[in-house]
Amino acid sequence: MDAVFLSRIQFAFTAAFHFIFPTLTLGMGLLILINETIYLKTDKELYKNISKFMIKIFALIFTLGVSTGIVLEFSFGTNWSSFSRIVGDIFGAPLAAEGVLAFFLESVFLGVLLFGRDKISKKAYWVSAFLVFFGSHLSGLWIIIANSWMQTPAGFVMEGGRAVLTDFFAAAVNHSTAQRFIHTVVGGWMSGSLFMAGISAWYILKKRDLNYAKPILKLSLIVFITCSFLQFGAGHYHAVQVAKTQPVKMAAFEGLWDTEKGAGLSVFGFPVESEKKTYLDIRIPRLLSLMIHGNLDGEVQGLNDFPTDLHPPVFLTFQSYHVMIGLGGLFALISSIGLLLMIRKKLYETDWFLKVLLFSIPLPVISNEMGWMAAEIGRQPWIIQGVLKTADAASVVVPAWQVLATIIMFTILYALLFLFFIKFLVALIKKGPEKVIATDGY
Amino acid sequence: MDTLTFLQIIWFVLIGILFAGYAVLDGFDLGIGSLLPYLAGSDEKKTAVIFKTIGPVWDGNEVWLITAGGALFAAFPHAYATVFSGFYLALMIVLFGLILRAVSIEFFTLEEKNKQRWAKTFFLGSILPSILFGVALGNVIIGVPLDSGMEFRGSFFTLLRPYPLVIGLLGLSAILMQGITYAMLKTDGEINESAAGLSGKIYYGYAALFVISLILSYVFIPERMSIIPAWIATIVFALSMAALKYFLAAKSELKAFFSSSLAFISLWGIAGAIQFPVLVKSIESSSLDITIYNASSGKLTLSVMLGIALAGMPVVIAYSIYVYRVFRGKIKMHN
Repeated sequence: MDAVFLSRIQFAFTAAFHFIFPTLTLGMGLLILINETIYLKTDKELYKNISKFMIKIFALIFTLGVSTGIVLEFSFGTNWSSFSRIVGDIFGAPLAAEGVLAFFLESVFLGVLLFGRDKISKKAYWVSAFLVFFGSHLSGLWIIIANSWMQTPAGFVMEGGRAVLTDFFAAAVNHSTAQRFIHTVVGGWMSGSLFMAGISAWYILKKRDLNYAKPILKLSLIVFITCSFLQFGAGHYHAVQVAKTQPVKMAAFEGLWDTEKGAGLSVFGFPVESEKKTYLDIRIPRLLSLMIHGNLDGEVQGLNDFPTDLHPPVFLTFQSYHVMIGLGGLFALISSIGLLLMIRKKLYETDWFLKVLLFSIPLPVISNEMGWMAAEIGRQPWIIQGVLKTADAASVVVPAWQVLATIIMFTILYALLFLFFIKFLVALIKKGPEKVIATDGY
Repeated sequence: MDTLTFLQIIWFVLIGILFAGYAVLDGFDLGIGSLLPYLAGSDEKKTAVIFKTIGPVWDGNEVWLITAGGALFAAFPHAYATVFSGFYLALMIVLFGLILRAVSIEFFTLEEKNKQRWAKTFFLGSILPSILFGVALGNVIIGVPLDSGMEFRGSFFTLLRPYPLVIGLLGLSAILMQGITYAMLKTDGEINESAAGLSGKIYYGYAALFVISLILSYVFIPERMSIIPAWIATIVFALSMAALKYFLAAKSELKAFFSSSLAFISLWGIAGAIQFPVLVKSIESSSLDITIYNASSGKLTLSVMLGIALAGMPVVIAYSIYVYRVFRGKIKMHN
């Protein structure tokens, strides 16, 4: 195994693990802010207490996000130093800006959120909650800017083998930044809200902590329902952009080999790269053309239009994209049923639906992971679309055995972290809002 | 001086400030973590008090490192690439430590039965980076093997030469000084007393290591011993140390903490002055040095980043001071 391959594995693993946590905190940060706002306006203790409970869970998730996030910032230098040399002129800036403008904000004010409620005024506390929410989203924005530049690079020229920035605004707000940011944030709101909805559904099923569980379920389900419908628009907007700016990726998403006018939307299939064929290919006729071009006969480029060595791994790209889309459909179904039950005021009595919510907790997280995998694997062999290949981006001085050693280290460490995370999370939930609120600080 | 040169110099200074800010702020929580077995032993309540002194602020402190790393990447990508890939295993041990300590406080709080295991991981996660940061700095000062493509050509053991190891210990002692003065400032009763009891020993160890480092610098980097700004920083260091001694004896805890911080900042001043304009020194030839001139990003990137830093950092410092004020005062041990 060569060092480049091992570095790919390490980055994929450490980034995938990290990505579980910040997306959850985006959604939970929103719920906490909503509760704090209601508390500020109505002065009802209930909402303050709900927020206190959520902040405890938030802190645990945030801790995992912080501890695993720093690895990624280091990794551009440790494992991808050629990448850093070639595009450091552009790529370093959003990471530094994230620190200065966003990460300080969320980290410093999370300290206030956790320990400062009795030390500052109600309004100042609300501002802290807002700044944690705002900071975490701004942090996400800078990361998305960096990632989007790798997908649709802009605002630079190549000089002597290095990218040189010519237009900061064009580089930051490139062709995919807005689309990707909206899609990712809505995905984060979905995973955070369904997480809290599932937990509160469990309390209702157990007939305990009902005074907390019911309002938490109602609020988080409203957020989830709204977002799961919004995501259709956001996802569509993003997909159209991919079709226009990275057509080979779209062809891999869809397992589409030949360029077609009036191409069908793939529902299911098994694309095989070596045979340039998709088995068990089930499509809705003409829908892909309609969605991309607003026209039933629009032309969609197939993979065969591009040299084979510029194809992404089609099978992985296709399947991760389809799992994401499939889960998106499932979320819409869950949301529709939830909406009906809420209108008919039967939400809290419908045990089977509460169970569905509980067992669906991991699904938006999986969906987010799949979407990210589809976006990243679908960009291969490029690390920066059309500019630099992943194979040429790794560190040249780090031997394979060292990367293997650190993969083993991260695997063991992250497995332990995850086990303890689940253990403490379950303990917090089982303890219940009443007791968790009573134990203040450390 | 043209604009690009000016920006390169500014960024050398700014990144120095970010690292010094990190050293002073995360220094005290790394230090208190490295002293945890001494200050708290196996006493859960004492451990809880110590965690409470840094609980609200340690995460914000660590952002200084993340920002310094990001700024180094953005301003001097070649230096970032060379050091981070060349010192691969050492940095991975740092990361291992930082991951452990990031989860330890939270897990300590949530753990029911075996809380002390998280005190141990916090100690380990604090002391490993505390030593290795200085070792890394010692290496870029004394020089490492570099090729014409700016790549590191040494091995893991290149990093463990005597001079960098001594600088590692000097860094550790500076961090312990930060930790012990912070512990005195933020606690009372038994913890405060045992911290005061140890502060003298750390002080003399710190001073001795500084003198040893100075002598070793004469041996290993004689050409760098005639730089005036470095000697000015050395005088500031000596004065801060004298003040620190005085305030420790006078039990002026806040002033002792600030003196220790100023001493640490002047160490960064010395390092910056002897390095400038070199970022990573080549051990073979100065023509292979990685400097602020051959490693930097372009004019536009440096300008945009400067704008972000000048707009952002004063705000960061302002709200950080506000939050430190919210949490001012000693943590009392009760129930």
